[in-house]
Amino acid sequence: MSIIEVKNVQTIFDNRIIHDGLNLHINQGEIYGLLGPSGCGKTTLLREMVMLQKMHSGSINILEHDIANISHQNAQLLRREWGVLFQAGALFSSLTIAENIALPLIEYSDLSPEMIDEIVRFKINLVGLKSADASLYPSQISGGMKKKSALARALAMDPKLLFLDEPTSGLDPISARDFDALILKLRDLLGLTIVMVSHDLQSIYDTLDRVAIIDNKKIAFEGTLDEVTSVKSEFIQTFFGEKRVV
Amino acid sequence: MHSSLLALSFSDKKLFMNFSGELNLYTVNTLKRQIDTLSITILDEVDINLTAVTSMDTAAAIYINNIYRMFEKKNIRINTISDSQDIDDTLQLIRSQSLQSDPLIQPSKDTFLQSLGKSVYNNYLGLLSFLNFLGHLFATKLYYLKSFKNIRFKEIAYEINDSGVRALGIISITSFLIGLVVAYQSAFQLKIYGANIFLVDMLGISILRELAPLITAIVIAGRSGSAFTAQIGAMKITEELDAMRTMGFDPYIFLVMPRIIALMIVLPLLIFVADIMGILGGMLVANVDLQITPSLFLDRFVEVVAVKHFFIGMIKGPFFAFLIASIGIYRGLMVKNDTQSIGFNTTKSVVEAIFAVIVCDALFSIVLTNLGI
Repeated sequence: MSIIEVKNVQTIFDNRIIHDGLNLHINQGEIYGLLGPSGCGKTTLLREMVMLQKMHSGSINILEHDIANISHQNAQLLRREWGVLFQAGALFSSLTIAENIALPLIEYSDLSPEMIDEIVRFKINLVGLKSADASLYPSQISGGMKKKSALARALAMDPKLLFLDEPTSGLDPISARDFDALILKLRDLLGLTIVMVSHDLQSIYDTLDRVAIIDNKKIAFEGTLDEVTSVKSEFIQTFFGEKRVV
Repeated sequence: MHSSLLALSFSDKKLFMNFSGELNLYTVNTLKRQIDTLSITILDEVDINLTAVTSMDTAAAIYINNIYRMFEKKNIRINTISDSQDIDDTLQLIRSQSLQSDPLIQPSKDTFLQSLGKSVYNNYLGLLSFLNFLGHLFATKLYYLKSFKNIRFKEIAYEINDSGVRALGIISITSFLIGLVVAYQSAFQLKIYGANIFLVDMLGISILRELAPLITAIVIAGRSGSAFTAQIGAMKITEELDAMRTMGFDPYIFLVMPRIIALMIVLPLLIFVADIMGILGGMLVANVDLQITPSLFLDRFVEVVAVKHFFIGMIKGPFFAFLIASIGIYRGLMVKNDTQSIGFNTTKSVVEAIFAVIVCDALFSIVLTNLGI
């Protein structure tokens, strides 16, 4: 069953065409990658999916909602069904890690403070942070910890869908592999569907089930990684060509 | 030493170019000057000898490649003699790159009319986006009014403390000094006519009606308006606003409305404090300089200064507050994804807020005077 369906999406910035008719679909339980050369509009497509940016034409269906014509109320409900991890974390700088994770719970649920505390502690442990880190502010922690905290916040509401924008960029190789393992673990544990933009080849090979490669404003390829090298595209040949297994 | 980089010799219609030494970006210009003096129209063959070259960097290779093309264009045969693999590789790299790469596109400079048109159009877009902001604000206000529960009391209280209570000191001191200065300057003039007691009328009306609201608004525009812009701008750069949106927290409800409401509540109160402190400053000068005792001052004050002046000053508060807060926040939301634009927008926000406050004050003046108030 497909959870996300992108049909004929066109994106135009000023006079520049970014996407010219993108089509793809993402199935339940998949880890799906959006790949492509820099500047091809991977992040833009991700932002369109989470309703931060409007597309020029076409449609995106997420969890059976057409997000181009969605009512405010349905949009608010849909936003609780997903979590988004931004490239730099985007933790709220005026709140501690624990408060960041607790925020959606406080706003959207009527759980008792003790219960929220317990959930926060669980999420912090789940992503591999220590409980002692919970009272720190985002400015006091490292990049890797920021990503983990942001992931914990994205998971706070137990979403069905997780969007990750370059989850391993800026991490050292060991943390990056840990992060990959964490993502795989979360998928199996929580039954998530994960959509990510990534440049990290190792992470691509380790985690992704299916990929879409955007090149030259179109989808150059959609499918599993085993089939990818058969496609004739300059980007794919240079990116995957020599089977650069690290 | 440079002169030995290139030895030229002719034989009939053939040119021998013997390069030698280190060819790099420091020596390439010397080569160029030497070669530019050549006249190559009569040639039909050239020998380029690179065997004596000890090293060649990419800058020199690009230049050598240009020489090749110059000869090729004139249909002159080229024979290259080289025994270094490195140099051949460098030249080969440059040649293959220069075939692929398109020339860099220089953005063309605008004429006066073009830049005028662009700036008018950009201002027009700016106006539209401000109207868009106001519309969004109005829609959010309706949502606020729909249910008591939607109002974010905690944030409002925080902002009241931050931009109101903490501003008490600076507001008190500035308005006290303004009262003092105005009284001191007029006391000198009034003494000449022996009209000492009229100082009270003058101070009462000017401070309550105009000076206290204006000074308070200007200080708050500099203090809170700039803070709003910088806070929200920084949140935009770090993607915190986007993160809020994806979590379903409308920034207008969480950030914008609390600030506007808080400032609208707190500015009249600050004006009240400014009234008191301004009059106190005047009273001090009256006592010291004009021998008007505080009790005489207050008696006269009650007698001649109508209460409407006080209310006119107070009623301006919420209007000024709305202008300052909305301009500050709007500028914060306009911050682009670079650090320069925080500074640019903060400056703009303070300047625009003060300007808007003064225009609004002028409107009040005209309207109220015409209404006979």
